[in-house]
Amino acid sequence: MVRTLLRVPATARSGEVIEIRTLIAHPMETGFRPGADGTVQPRDIIRRFTCRFNNREVFAAELHPAVAANPYLTFTLRVEESGILAFTWEGDNGFSQTETRPIAVA
Amino acid sequence: MGSPRPRRGRSRWLEALACAGALLLLGAGPRSGYETMTPQLRAMQDDDLSNPGMLAVAEGEALFAREGCAGCHTAEAMRGVAARYPALDRASQAPIDLSGRIAQCREKRQQRPPLPREGPAMLALTAFVAHQSRGLPLQPDPRLAEARRQGEALFRERRGQLNLSCAQCHDDNAGRRLAGSLIPEGHPNGYPLYRLEWQALGSLQRRLRNCLVGVRSEPFPPGAPDYVALEAYLVARARGLLVETPAIRP
Ligand code: HEC
Ligand code: HEC
Repeated sequence: MVRTLLRVPATARSGEVIEIRTLIAHPMETGFRPGADGTVQPRDIIRRFTCRFNNREVFAAELHPAVAANPYLTFTLRVEESGILAFTWEGDNGFSQTETRPIAVA
Repeated sequence: MGSPRPRRGRSRWLEALACAGALLLLGAGPRSGYETMTPQLRAMQDDDLSNPGMLAVAEGEALFAREGCAGCHTAEAMRGVAARYPALDRASQAPIDLSGRIAQCREKRQQRPPLPREGPAMLALTAFVAHQSRGLPLQPDPRLAEARRQGEALFRERRGQLNLSCAQCHDDNAGRRLAGSLIPEGHPNGYPLYRLEWQALGSLQRRLRNCLVGVRSEPFPPGAPDYVALEAYLVARARGLLVETPAIRP
């Protein structure tokens, strides 16, 4: 498990547009850079990010080698009901991490 | 048009004098590298949830508990510590920096294998400890006069194929541009910090190596006392600036 920083409001009004910010510790090694010994470092990137709300995909992004280390993604979402937000990052070398946050909608 | 004019002229002149005085006062203090960053980078540093340095602080907090530091220290007791480092190490009577002190605790007090100085675990622990002092003014250790003197001599000494001293960039040309980069005053108040060019958290020593290599000089060997002497001088030069760890820099 790597470190993540998530900003998700704990509560919202029904129909409110909320802003979500995600940051994850990841080197995003491009696969083009030579290392100290001159050989090219193998690619190691996050390829896909998804956000599910009560198991329904509400946001997704493809990531590419040009994305900086520790990808920071922010997006907005309209929420109508209480539930669980699940954030998943998947990538090279079998990388997969999911974090969840509850949100109470009144 | 005759009579009011000299008066106005005089009050303008006084005003100008007052302004110059205020500017002198403002300009007299050191300016953190933060001040000269773009608004976007300042916003990135200010928001703990978009500052990637905070990933390392969180990791450091976990390590502080997991590696046994919390058996002898509390996080609260670490507040203010980084602001007065480097400090005098009583046993060796030599200056020691914050990472050096942490290494000493680990190796001497815990009898555990050393952590690589610039490895992620040591950086994270140092960032966590230094972060406890965020917002506090640097307070140079008064016992380090000798190290500061050595550090200042290093700061003023021309070096490398470019034959430039630190002072020629950071005193004489601060605020001007070197190719694409703005030359900051060169203060140590944000370390360890997240540098976009590194795409990682890095130590002050790494920053100093970058500047040494930048003038095409041989960096001091890892762990050389020159780094701590330079740091002791830099901290005195930056007296009063607030600790920003983990800062962001371009
Ligand atoms: C066995 C107890 C013990 C453990 C474990 C320990 N320390 Fe210490 N630490 C001390 C003592 C005692 C001092 C005071 C040294 C002195 O003032 O000379 C100290 C000093 C320090 C200081 C400097 C405080 C100051 O006011 O200057 C820091 C920072 C520090 N420790 C961090 C750590 C970290 C990080 C760890 C875990 C890797 C750790 N220590 C583990 C006992 C311990
Ligand atoms: C040729 C000019 C030049 C010389 C000589 C130079 N530096 Fe720098 N230094 C820079 C530039 C430019 C930056 C900022 C780089 C950036 O932001 O991309 C910098 C950054 C720094 C910083 C980081 C400041 C911050 O806000 O984090 C410190 C500290 C520093 N230098 C110290 C030194 C020391 C000590 C020396 C002498 C050993 C030195 N520099 C020599 C140009 C120079």
